[in-house]
Amino acid sequence: MSKEIENKEAGLNIVVVGHVDHGKSTVIGRLLYDTDSLPQGAIDKVAKIAHDTGKPFEYAYLLDAFEEEQQQGITIDTTRIQFSTAKRDYVIIDAPGHKEFLKNMISGAAGAEAALLIVDGKQGVQEQSRRHAYMLSMLGIKKVYVLVNKMDLADYAETAFVKIKHEMGAFLAELGVYPLKYIPVSGLQGDNIASRSAHMPWYKGEDLLEALDLLDGEQAASDRALRLPIQDVYKFDSRRIIAGRIEAGQLAVGDEIAIYPSGRKTKVVSFPYWQERDKVTEAAAGASTGIQVADEFFNQRGEIITRAGDTPPLTGRRLRVSLFWLGKKPLKLNQRYKLKLATQEVEAQVESIEKIIDASSLDQRAAEEVKEIRLNDVAEVILKLKEEIAFDRFQDYQATGRFVLVDGYDVAGGGIVLGLEKEKQGEFSQKAMRYIMSHLPQNGELIVVVKDGEIVRLERTEREVFSGIDGEGI
Amino acid sequence: MAQAIETADKLDKLEAESIYILREAYKKLGKLGMLWSIGKDSTVLLWLAKKAFYGHCPFPFIHVDTKHKIPEMIEYRDRVARELNLDLIVHTNQAALDAGMGPDKGRLACCQALKTEGLKQVVKKYGFDGLIVGVRRDEEGSRSKERVFSERKEDDAWDYANQPPELWDQFKTDFPKGHHIRVHPLLAWNELDIWEYIRRENIPIIDLYFAKNGKRYRSLGCACCTGQIESEADTLDKIIEELKHTTTSERAGRKQDQEDSYAMQKLRKEGYM
Repeated sequence: MSKEIENKEAGLNIVVVGHVDHGKSTVIGRLLYDTDSLPQGAIDKVAKIAHDTGKPFEYAYLLDAFEEEQQQGITIDTTRIQFSTAKRDYVIIDAPGHKEFLKNMISGAAGAEAALLIVDGKQGVQEQSRRHAYMLSMLGIKKVYVLVNKMDLADYAETAFVKIKHEMGAFLAELGVYPLKYIPVSGLQGDNIASRSAHMPWYKGEDLLEALDLLDGEQAASDRALRLPIQDVYKFDSRRIIAGRIEAGQLAVGDEIAIYPSGRKTKVVSFPYWQERDKVTEAAAGASTGIQVADEFFNQRGEIITRAGDTPPLTGRRLRVSLFWLGKKPLKLNQRYKLKLATQEVEAQVESIEKIIDASSLDQRAAEEVKEIRLNDVAEVILKLKEEIAFDRFQDYQATGRFVLVDGYDVAGGGIVLGLEKEKQGEFSQKAMRYIMSHLPQNGELIVVVKDGEIVRLERTEREVFSGIDGEGI
Repeated sequence: MAQAIETADKLDKLEAESIYILREAYKKLGKLGMLWSIGKDSTVLLWLAKKAFYGHCPFPFIHVDTKHKIPEMIEYRDRVARELNLDLIVHTNQAALDAGMGPDKGRLACCQALKTEGLKQVVKKYGFDGLIVGVRRDEEGSRSKERVFSERKEDDAWDYANQPPELWDQFKTDFPKGHHIRVHPLLAWNELDIWEYIRRENIPIIDLYFAKNGKRYRSLGCACCTGQIESEADTLDKIIEELKHTTTSERAGRKQDQEDSYAMQKLRKEGYM
């Protein structure tokens, strides 16, 4: 199991994606087997299944634990399995390759920091190879290795490897994804998995195991502006504690903080704790923490805390987003969904579909006639929210720049925020409405001059409204 | 602590994630309970709950007692519940016991009746919307496919072939009345992480895990179906050292798992923990 090395780096999560039958589970099974990462029980169990069913020993069964998966020889749901090298612990996330199970692939990939994209050396780049590559780019996974698998079936020929390298490389470049390495392997035969292959002397690079240890872990985003979404407010005893996880930046006792969307300010008084060893005066990205503040005004789940002076989050209710849809029922214009972003929840509607992208060909359809977004579609849309929320652009802060949409009881889609859109002409934000209401004159008219959804000027007139008829007011 | 987080070691990351999950469950699910099996994992879970809620445990603990448990487990349970002043619900499927249910009727049938059915009864009796359970992905195959928030339908069934997407810690918190959510805060931990955390935090743990006369329990369950392993590990350090070199699986001593290649999948589909 775990190798005996102290002070290991924190674990690294790696998702394995690619077209169905290109050998994802087999590559992983082989990696685990060759690195002696499996308890004897697991191997015995697979051997017993192979014996009982009269089928050959399949490395994939080490991951495809469901009876249905083994009988049909497919991966239905993602598996997370751990293994270790001298450098660090890994979690390998095996994602299904069937288009039908894209939702499970995305669930797996959303938890990964790096990816292995597997392409069959003989079949070449297929629809799901491209679709999965697109999803990786959308999820912000930039550390990608392409494994050209089944090289044994392609006669270990360099030409087969180079052809796929060019084809996949060209597609990925359009997405702005530049793989760190291309590695020719055979999961079944164990070539270039945990040791260098003698069958491909033309390949001078690392085997998979060596290459994994070359990946850098995700840097905790503690040098960024603070993002602390409020998860809950506790009052179990005399302490009033604002709880949440720091998604970026850091925070210390005495810091002045601003809470968005309102922007109200207060100060951090302390980090309460239960055990003495958890007593701290500061906390940074990654910590599930809690604070007591100086001014006990009303706080609620969903608000985002930042340090006064830090770059604040954006606030608003019209968002330009890129989203993928996983629901069986299509996403329809002007229908109500629940949007969940960090710890905020708000009602949302698709106001307009800007374009729909075929994730496997990158073909774009202009969306004039499109009224809905179907299962597995990717689209750029404008979302209109019922209330103002605080958020970031995904490219600036991942944790506060991504969201899911809930249709009925189910998470049916997700996406990333591209930016804030101005309020439309003739439509006021809630803040603008409150402002107008508070300025209504007793008599006379209020003229509101609006430009790009913002109020630029208020004009009052003293003349009575509708006073012309028979000299009587109303 | 800022420094500690920047060089975040694995246990810090796991702890922070589990606390986040517990707080989500408490905020988003209605009536919540935590299964407490007395074993090491659910004892770590109890500790994490105390951390998440600053020394408080804002939900009851539930023990499904099959009456076949190792006697020391029951003694330990009652003592800890008293010391920590836990709101503890102990439930037994008495009807099945009265009808003579035991491992001699078949191990899977026995688990099904005394554990799964017992659990269903307690969920129904108290109307739980959420149950916190200390299962881990590395324990066995069907658990490796679990979601953190995993829905169970009216009959407690797990629709494992059709699980909803779960991304970016946006968990399933919307479900019809009568369904409930199994919350799994320890999914990402492995057996060694659990022991290293117990050592780091100095968490009191039942002494059945420590070797006596060359044997110890690695996994706890019913006396009839849980075997001991050969071991000289009588301290935390020795247990951790032993686990770093073992090649047998943690649940090798659990006899119900060996009844069928898909035993756990079948049990869990029906609502087993």
